[in-house]
This record gives sequence, structure tokens and C-alpha cells, in this order.
Amino acid sequence: MSARTEPAGRPSWAARRRFSSAFWRRPWLKGAALLGLPVGGYLLIYVAALGVLFISAFWSLDPLSGKIVHTWGLGNFRTLWHEHTYWRIAGRTIGIAAAVTVTDVILAFPFAYFMARVASPRLRAVLFVIVLLPLWSSYLARIYAWRLILSNDGALNWSLGGLGLPHQHIAYTNWAMWIVFSYIWLPFMILPIYAALERIPDNFIEASRDLGAKNWTTFRRVVLPLALPGVIAGSIFTFSLTLGDYITPILVGNTQFIGNVVYRNVLGLSYDLPFAAAFAIVPLAVMGIYLVLARRAGAFEAL
Amino acid sequence: MTRHHRRVLGWSATALVVAGLAVTAAGCGSSSSSKSGTTTTASNLPTSIGKGEGKLSLIAWEGYTQPDWVKPFEKKTGCKVTAKYAGSSDEMVTLMRQGGGQYDMVSASGDASVRLIRGGDVQPMNPKLIPDFKNFIGALKSPAHNTVDGVHYGISLQWGPNTLLYNTQKVKPAPTSWSVLYNPKYKGQITIPDNAIQIADAALYLSKTQPDLGITDPYELNQKQFDAAVSLLKQQRPLLKKHWALASDEIDLFKNGDASLGASWPYQTNTLEADKVPVKDLIPKEGATGWADTWMLSSKSKHPNCAYMWTKWVSTPKVQAQQAIYFGETPANTKACAVMNQLSAGSCKQYHADAPASYFDSIKFWKTPLADCGNGKTDCIDYNQWQKAWTEITG
Repeated sequence: MSARTEPAGRPSWAARRRFSSAFWRRPWLKGAALLGLPVGGYLLIYVAALGVLFISAFWSLDPLSGKIVHTWGLGNFRTLWHEHTYWRIAGRTIGIAAAVTVTDVILAFPFAYFMARVASPRLRAVLFVIVLLPLWSSYLARIYAWRLILSNDGALNWSLGGLGLPHQHIAYTNWAMWIVFSYIWLPFMILPIYAALERIPDNFIEASRDLGAKNWTTFRRVVLPLALPGVIAGSIFTFSLTLGDYITPILVGNTQFIGNVVYRNVLGLSYDLPFAAAFAIVPLAVMGIYLVLARRAGAFEAL
Repeated sequence: MTRHHRRVLGWSATALVVAGLAVTAAGCGSSSSSKSGTTTTASNLPTSIGKGEGKLSLIAWEGYTQPDWVKPFEKKTGCKVTAKYAGSSDEMVTLMRQGGGQYDMVSASGDASVRLIRGGDVQPMNPKLIPDFKNFIGALKSPAHNTVDGVHYGISLQWGPNTLLYNTQKVKPAPTSWSVLYNPKYKGQITIPDNAIQIADAALYLSKTQPDLGITDPYELNQKQFDAAVSLLKQQRPLLKKHWALASDEIDLFKNGDASLGASWPYQTNTLEADKVPVKDLIPKEGATGWADTWMLSSKSKHPNCAYMWTKWVSTPKVQAQQAIYFGETPANTKACAVMNQLSAGSCKQYHADAPASYFDSIKFWKTPLADCGNGKTDCIDYNQWQKAWTEITG
């Protein structure tokens, strides 16, 4: 501090020292000062919204006036439980989300392994760009591109025709949804697996080899367990993102997801927000169960 | 962090959540009870259009508020138009109900208009203030979908039929009946709209093919008739390539060869023909459902004078013709035919603006299914049930 500002600065300097000693004596104050704003915002904007969603799921709709009735009841959940249709839709959503997750693990693991442990730094940078590049273009544009690829007169059938193979009718099926979801969420699986694999110290693998383990044994008993948190982190992304999506089913599918039913009830005649909220809780519950299972599997121990 | 500190944080977090919930819950509670006071009833209709309020807020179908006719309107009246597009009748009703007086008018189709009237969301209008009203085709002066007991809730605008669209190269011989949409021969090539009102199309078909069901109006179905229509649609479900949500979806399906038969609007046919896709449309021998739109005035409108000026403006032959050609529909104003031909030769005939009244009568226009069957009986299935059944069919 320069001499010129010294006289004016002295009292504020003392105040500052009082401040810092208060922080030193009470460490929790430091935490509160740092986290107060983000945590407050998080609670008000994020958690409160979820809370309202949860509460409104127990409300109901007056069928005559179309107004929401603020009385508690399990009517919405009873409808969900007893209607075969909603079971089918939930089962389809969860099933495709699981299939997409497994597919992405199978595709992402070798790719991430190559990036983290085989590729030269320059090649690694190129691969990074390739993985991230699609994320810079619009999600909708990429789904529409798949529509053009998979459609009857599209690029896929054109190529198959050129090779003398029979035409496929993939567009607007569950297969199309599976392909498009697997494509869209792939970067979200590659990056966490890459991060996990990159953190494995080389000498672990050398030690394993020194102790006589073959490549496969090293992979199975050293690399895979250490990469598992990354795989599970990626699977949380792919599974939950698929579970909550409703655009892809509209654009490339021929069936509905949970999100489509929610959307219909929000922008529907009945404006049945309570029912939409009740159905929206299903994916939340599924994710909750998934996270508990992942925790049991020890996925969060490395965090 | 020690356990004590953690507890402090935990408690403050809980307090914040509770506070947040209280705020939002209070917001929910108060919004539902607020109602604005001034609503026009049938007895105190305005007898003249006053000075414009300078603003007009619309909910419209896409293509209904094109600059071609909005710009001159703004210049002439000083009413600045803002428009929000809605994608479905259901969305229009939701926006009008939740908008809280934010919107002045809505271009509602017949299946939305009755819901809006019953819900008290729209107010009566005076057709005497619309000079072109006298030139409207007779059937659209006081149609049931916007006129109740002689009270006009809005002024008719345009109308059109839901047609059967087919690819002329893939569907031979040319179809004459809706039966092709239920024919397993065309499995995987059929597309129909993703809209609960589609149950009426199945009912219309059944009214001709299974006369013993006794269906006279496809929107007034008793349980037995309704079940028959729903079961027909469930049988049709595996044959469908896709339910289309937007007109552009169906256009894509036909363009890319994914669909070769579909329930459609004339708009899609025009667009596909312009793209040299070999398609044709027709009204099959069983007849067709259709839509007739009405500009309706919100019961909470803050700019009623601008709303009347707008209704007057869009009823003039010129604007009627412009919109008919742009969207591919039929104007309510009979004077629009000549203007249409000036703007685009042959368009009057193409969009049926010169068709005889029998053509109009052959179309079963969308209306809201109600429990009241209209023939003294009240055992008809209401639209809520239609929507539930539609979820079952499509889910």
C-alpha cells in the first residue's frame, strides 16, 4: 500500500483485520460467506421448484371448472398405478434409457481408453475436439439430421441400396430412438470415463505386470475397478438425460415417453398440472433408486 | 467442518426451503382467485367502435398474423399487434385460461371455441360492427361453434376440410374411401394427426360402414359408439408410421417416402405439390371432418376497440383472400373469391371459395364433445374422456 493512501486506509485496515480474525475464529462463517449466495439460489430456484412439483402431485383438478383443487389426495398416483397405459409408457422410457446407457458404455469405454492411455498428446487433442464438436451444434439440428439419415429415402437406405442390401425401415421406431439417444449422449459418457482412466497412475499398471498379471487380468482387476466411478458418473448422465427427454420421441419415434405425457398434460385441455407433476415424479424416483444402487456399488467413494 | 457447523447449515437450508415453498404456495393460491371485473354480456354489447387503445395481443395459428396484412392494419389503426402462435386447440384454451387478460383475441377452431365460451373465457361480440359480416356464407354467420342462443361469441374467419392425402405412385388404385387408413395392406405407410379430436374421424367412418351403431354426429358419441371408434383406432395403431404433431412433420414423412397415406389438411398437399412430390388429396365418399376458425374476444380484454378493428380488418375481402391463399384454406367472406383470383389465378376454385353450400354441409366441423348429446340425452362422452382414450391409443 502506498504512503498516500495510508491515513485514509488505516481504519478500514483495522476493520478488515477484525473481519479476518472473526473468520479465523469461526471457520463456519467462512463457509457461510462463500456458499451463502449459491446455496440460497440453489435452494430457492432449484429445490423449491422440485418441492412445489412434489406437493402439487397430491393436488387434483376440478373436471368442470378446470381449476386446480388444493386438497391432498392420492388420486393421481392411483390413476398411474391402475392404468395399464402409464405402466407401458414408464416401462418403455426406463427400458430405452437402460439400453442407451449400456450401448454408450460399450461404445465409450474403448474410445476413452484409447484417448487416455494410448493416443499421443496431439492425437488426444484432435479426439477431444471430435467428441465435443457435436455439442456446439443444436441438439434439434442433430436429431433432424438423423431423421434424414434414417428415413425411407434417406442416406442409410441409399447406401444399403448401393451395396445391394435390402431397405431398412428404422425411421420412427423404438430402434430409431435408441440410435439417436445413444448418439446424442455419447460425449457425456466418454468424458467421465476418460477422466477416470487418465487418473490411473502408470506405475499401478507396471506393478500389476511386475506381479505377473497378464494384460487382461490387469485390465479386469486394476483398470476396470478404478474406472468404474467414471462409468457410473457417465451412466447417470445418459440414463437421466434419456429418462427426461421428450423431443427425440416426438421427432424420430412413434411412441411416447413419460416426458410426452407430462407435456400433453401441461399444454392440454384439462391443464392437468397435478397429474403431470405426479408422473414427473416417476423418473425422479427411478433416478433416486439408481443413485442409491450406485452408491451401494461404491461409485461415489472416489469423489 | 464440525458436526455443529454442519447442523447450523442444515437448519438454515431447511428454513430457506420452507420459506421458498411458502412463497410459491401463496403465489399459487392467490392467482386462482383473481378475476377482472368488466365483462360484456349479451345485453350491453357495444354499438360503435371507440378509439383504439394502441395495442392488440393475439393468440393465433401460425400464418394467421402475417406482416402482409398486419403491417397495413397497424398503420391504419395505430393498434400495435403482438401475436403468439399456438400449435393446437388445447394449447389455445390453456393460454387463454392462464394468460389472465394478457391476450385480447384468439383464432379458435370449433373444438376450442365452445370450451372457451363455457369456461367464460370469451365475451359476446356485436356482428353489426363488422360490415363484411353480411357477405359471409350463411353457414358461418351463426354456427353452433361460436353462437349460443343467438349470442355471437366471436366472428368467423376461415375454414377447411381434413382431407385424405396419398402418394399417387405408391397407392394404386386411387383411394375413394377412408378405409385405406385402416387397411393392413398399407402397414407402416400411414400417418394421422396426434390429436384426440381424431376419434371423430374414426366415428365418421364407422357412421357409414357400420350403420347399426347409429352414429349421426361424430362428436356426439355414446359409450358404445365411442368404444367402437376407439377400438378401430387401436387396431389402426400398428399400421401407423407415426402420429404427426405439426403439418411440417407430415410434409417430411411424405417427402422422404416414409408415409404414402395420411389424414391431412389442404396446406400439406399444396406444399408437397410445390415440391414436386406426386401427391393428391380428396374428400373420401364417407365425407370429412374439418375446421372453422373464429376470432374470439377475451372476457378480460383490455383493448376491445382494437380487437373490433382487427376483426373488421381480417373480414375484408382483401385480407380474407390473402390469408386463404397463404394458409390454403377457405375464406368466410364470399367477396374474397374475386380477390383470390386476382392474387393467384384459379386460387378461388382451388380453395373451394366458390363451392356450393352443399360442399360446406358435407364437412363435419370440429366441435367440443360434451356430455350433452344435443338430442335431449346426456350420456355422451365428453372431451376429457376423449383425451384419456387418446393417451391410451397413442401410449
